[in-house]
Amino acid sequence: MAGKTLYDKLWESHLVKEREDGTALIYIDRQLLHEVTSPQAFEGLRLAGRQPWRLNSNLATPDHNVPTTKAEREIGIEGIQDPISKIQVKTLDDNCAEFGITEFLMNDIRQGIVHVVGPEQGATLPGMTVVCGDSHTSTHGAFGALSHGIGTSEVEHVMATQCLIQQKMKNMLVEVNGALQPGVSAKDIVLHIIGVIGTAGGTGSAIEFGGDTIHSLSMEGRMTICNMAIEAGARAGLISVDQTTIDYVKGRPFAPSGADWDAAVAEWKSLVSDEDAVFDSIVTINAADITPQVTWGTSPEMVIGVNDLVPNPKDESDETRANAIQRALTYMGIEAGQKLSDIRLDRVFIGSCTNSRIEDLRVAAKIVEGQKVSASLKQALVVPGSGLVKQQAEAEGLDTIFIQAGLEWREPGCSMCLAMNADKLGAGEHCASTSNRNFEGRQGYGGRTHLVSPAMAAAAAISGTFVDVREVMSHA
Amino acid sequence: MRKFTIVSSSVAPMNRANIDTDMIIPKQFLKSIKRTGFGPNLFDELRYLDEGQPGVDCASRPLNPDFVLNKAPYQTSQILLAGENFGCGSSREHAPWALEDAGFRVIIAPSFADIFFNNSFKNGLLPIVLPAKQVDELFALETNNAGLHLDVDLESQTIKSEQGQSWSFEVDPFRKYCLLNGLDDIGLTLQDADAIKEYENQRQQTAPWLF
Repeated sequence: MAGKTLYDKLWESHLVKEREDGTALIYIDRQLLHEVTSPQAFEGLRLAGRQPWRLNSNLATPDHNVPTTKAEREIGIEGIQDPISKIQVKTLDDNCAEFGITEFLMNDIRQGIVHVVGPEQGATLPGMTVVCGDSHTSTHGAFGALSHGIGTSEVEHVMATQCLIQQKMKNMLVEVNGALQPGVSAKDIVLHIIGVIGTAGGTGSAIEFGGDTIHSLSMEGRMTICNMAIEAGARAGLISVDQTTIDYVKGRPFAPSGADWDAAVAEWKSLVSDEDAVFDSIVTINAADITPQVTWGTSPEMVIGVNDLVPNPKDESDETRANAIQRALTYMGIEAGQKLSDIRLDRVFIGSCTNSRIEDLRVAAKIVEGQKVSASLKQALVVPGSGLVKQQAEAEGLDTIFIQAGLEWREPGCSMCLAMNADKLGAGEHCASTSNRNFEGRQGYGGRTHLVSPAMAAAAAISGTFVDVREVMSHA
Repeated sequence: MRKFTIVSSSVAPMNRANIDTDMIIPKQFLKSIKRTGFGPNLFDELRYLDEGQPGVDCASRPLNPDFVLNKAPYQTSQILLAGENFGCGSSREHAPWALEDAGFRVIIAPSFADIFFNNSFKNGLLPIVLPAKQVDELFALETNNAGLHLDVDLESQTIKSEQGQSWSFEVDPFRKYCLLNGLDDIGLTLQDADAIKEYENQRQQTAPWLF
């Protein structure tokens, strides 16, 4: 019999019941909640007179709508200018209080983007199933946890039953081997992967990211990779457990301790795909081929190396694709065949569940240290992923470096990644962003997003356009 | 959830791939704490010439005359025909809520993003996957017969045109059962409460740190 993949193992250890129709009930260990996708789920529970199945499996924090300026945050909930956003955040607080769910309130030091907070607290553990009403829940797969985004009906379903109705996905392996070039990071790896397999390349699959390059990454880098599995169409990304995983988890508030810790570690060490495991598809990537990546269009697969030219629809034989390229060029206000270094940037955003962790901020700070943000920029924002990330960054003096270079240092939240709060692009503005989606209007009506790594965003903030961060670093 | 049996309607064609959830319902409308009322803001940035805001009456906003859903007879279509990877992007269930609220019951495409696909079934919205070649046929048929009318029959898993063509489609039996009967799946899952408790008891023995 063939060996099992990591996904097979996680599936089997959470299987409550297989139904005759091919669906299965999968037990959920952890549900993370935020204000945008939970109110209708709580309302559903109330209407049906149901209580959460297991209260302590839930953990909530507001992130999407929260303001990120210190002045607004100091006022508390009343500081949220947008009345509809304020109601949504307040509704989360009220629901968590009513049902007895642990919530890190907006100004709690532990508050932040759910996908930063879960791992930081040890609320995400290897071998768990983790869900959240947010597609970037794939992030938690970096811990060898089966994690994926769900809709609001499923949020309610998990609260009421502790289970999800699922069909088993396919197993896909994306293997990256070899040494990365200096200046090339996890973000470039995952953007490169999406460029290779496309935004639907992982649809219907759980993608395991393997290979020595992946395992040489820190947990922060691994989270960046799994975070964007959904941008390749996969609800779940996975990375097997190794010593880096275990070292990261140890001592965190929700992590086990004492005898439980030892037992947990023993089990977690089995959270790897067997040598003879069979994958439905395998993609192999040579790390040395990966250059700093920049998206030029309106889908994450519209990505090129920083020194490549913007593609020409005339070179595309497939008509639908050619039309998509043309539409994207028009929306982005750029020309086929042009250089990325000819794009005049208006804003830079360093943040989001993809790239707002301490390591991301350290890399960005190193690049802007002693320099000044380009005068041509309207704004350069740094938004830490959580209150604890912010505290750590400040302890290291990173805030001072950013502020002296002319970047704004903000309070934690999702911020300009999706512009549900006041941080947004104006129509036609180009932004170098460390976030995850460059869809039309994503960062603001008519806004033009270019997805990049924190190092590339920092270098772009200084130059006012895209520059090859490998060159910037070699001169530093 | 509304029951789904047969839907008989004109087909609105949107021949583009990767129609994402930000396009289906832009983020500013996700601030609502309700499940209803998203219909007027479906495809907001494509449908109107100005920037939409929650709470603003859409009846007074300038319509984009080139957008398919603003043209007759598509304003009343219940079937949407689209390109591959429909519904990619975020997990927002507001996307199927908006489509359903705007009167859609069926989306036909060569492929769907997983989360959107799953969310649709929870809201009486049937996503149908047809091979790309058949979707192309339907686009061509619609181009030559503007206002093309289709009957979508979930029970027999068939789509029929007035011209006499028919296409069959696959649907997961559990989802079909729930849609046909308008069932809330929480109630169905709770019928297995004993199995869930038994799983929990066993798991608590072997992995106590999870509880």
